[in-house]
Amino acid sequence: MPKELWKGNEAIAEAAVRAGLQAYFGYPITPQTEILEYLSRRMPELVRAFVQAESELGAINMVYGAACAGARVMSSSSSPGMSLMMEGISYIAGTEVPAVLVNVMRGGPGLGNIAPSQSDYNQAVHGGGHGDYPRIVLAPATVQEAIDLMGLSFDLAEKYRMICMLILDGNVGQIMEPAEMPEMQPVANRNFDWATNGAVDRPRRILSSIYINPPDEEATNFRLAKRWLEVQANEVRYREYFLDDAEFVIVGFGTAGRVALSAVRAARAQGIRVGLLRPITVSPFPFQVIDELAVRARVFLVAEMNMGQMYNDVRIAVRGRVPVEFYGRTGGIVPFPDEILAEIHRIAAGRLAAEADPRGAWLARMEAAR
Amino acid sequence: MQKEILIAGFGGQGVLFAGQVLAYAAMDAGRVVTWIPSYGPEMRGGTANCTVVIADEEIGSPLVKHPPVVIALNLPSFDKYEALVQPGGMLVVNQSMVDRAAKRSDITVVFVPGNEIAEETGDRRLLNMVMVGALLAAFPELQLDDVKAALKAHLPEKHQKLLPNNFAAMDKGYEVAKGQLETAAV
Repeated sequence: MPKELWKGNEAIAEAAVRAGLQAYFGYPITPQTEILEYLSRRMPELVRAFVQAESELGAINMVYGAACAGARVMSSSSSPGMSLMMEGISYIAGTEVPAVLVNVMRGGPGLGNIAPSQSDYNQAVHGGGHGDYPRIVLAPATVQEAIDLMGLSFDLAEKYRMICMLILDGNVGQIMEPAEMPEMQPVANRNFDWATNGAVDRPRRILSSIYINPPDEEATNFRLAKRWLEVQANEVRYREYFLDDAEFVIVGFGTAGRVALSAVRAARAQGIRVGLLRPITVSPFPFQVIDELAVRARVFLVAEMNMGQMYNDVRIAVRGRVPVEFYGRTGGIVPFPDEILAEIHRIAAGRLAAEADPRGAWLARMEAAR
Repeated sequence: MQKEILIAGFGGQGVLFAGQVLAYAAMDAGRVVTWIPSYGPEMRGGTANCTVVIADEEIGSPLVKHPPVVIALNLPSFDKYEALVQPGGMLVVNQSMVDRAAKRSDITVVFVPGNEIAEETGDRRLLNMVMVGALLAAFPELQLDDVKAALKAHLPEKHQKLLPNNFAAMDKGYEVAKGQLETAAV
């Protein structure tokens, strides 16, 4: 198919349609509303289900119901709306049904603002709903990647009977880039052997997240954990740039990763041996490649649009062997390449934080520059 | 090759669409391109700007602090971005909405009476196309004809009747800017 100029949010919506999305339930919130708006036109046109729910709580529970029936289903929201969905997300995870969610992240906490942010990393990757549940989290940086990952997310969710969430900062939702859409996949009746889709000529099935007997709940937790080991072994994805001979390694996802790429190119032009690792799956996190890079790199720099959330995962992988520095912008501010280039110059000159956690020194530098 | 263009003005002046026209032209020319908006919560009257990056390879940041090329459609944008244009860069200013001369001499500043030209051409909403035409007088990465072809190719059928006026607006902006650049070069 020829390339067309697509806006991130609309591209995601069309990519979901082409992946055979059967039902969408959502509630409007900036900077995500174009997904819902696009699907409100496109889904009825294809005689598929679209409901603008009464609230995010309503939407996520409609997703839960459709997922139990084995439908390809999704919802999308932005940070505060995602928080409202967390109870339902935990129930979906506990019931072991597949569902796809998109969070177009904005500045927070609280009501925050509508500007781009990556501050829901911890919520998506480590936290969110209650209970011990794994989930797959994909972090596209470009419109093409968002399209490709949208299609993949349904396959992953169904394969592992797990939530698959795309986290985009508002920039990826609002940017327009030439991109190629996949062919339209027909809507398929997948007839999963667990789906509660009408017990005709077969025994009744029950889907639930309730296990009153603790040993049964423990067995469920073990089953989820074993499935997660499989995901970790098979589904890690990332992009590498200039890492072959890199002494300094930048790690950044989404837009922060893109911005870092510009800084890395500029530093390379000045003869600095710096490279970039851009995680695409932030859950499962690319621990192993960072573990390997930590053997030969001198310093890591994590660049994020938050206060240092993925930072902790990078530090786990580096295991204290080399310093891991941090640079972030928050509150809905997107860093310019110049800022990350200045950080590359700082670490290349050996001006590293004295403390074990460099975020104190980073904060002091940021406040001094205000 | 990588070149960044920042277009800034009030919401309602056609800032975002002007950038999209350039992005379509770049895409049709086989280039890698990004278009990204930035605007306040207001529908009209607030600040609006967009950045278009045109390149030959994968684009990193879709935003730059010091763009080489800026189109400023009003005084607040002129004030803000005159200071940020790269040395040696170009600033195209909508003269109809500003009341001062340029302060910098290390950049090329082109003044185009965009509102007047747009109204003479038949519609004040043609302002953005006048300014795009003016930019193309000194932007070798895209040709005027390519931008016109892109507008024709991507404009929905129901708007195709607007093409002649849009082309005329681009031509006039182009001529005014070309004239100024040639005078400056003498």
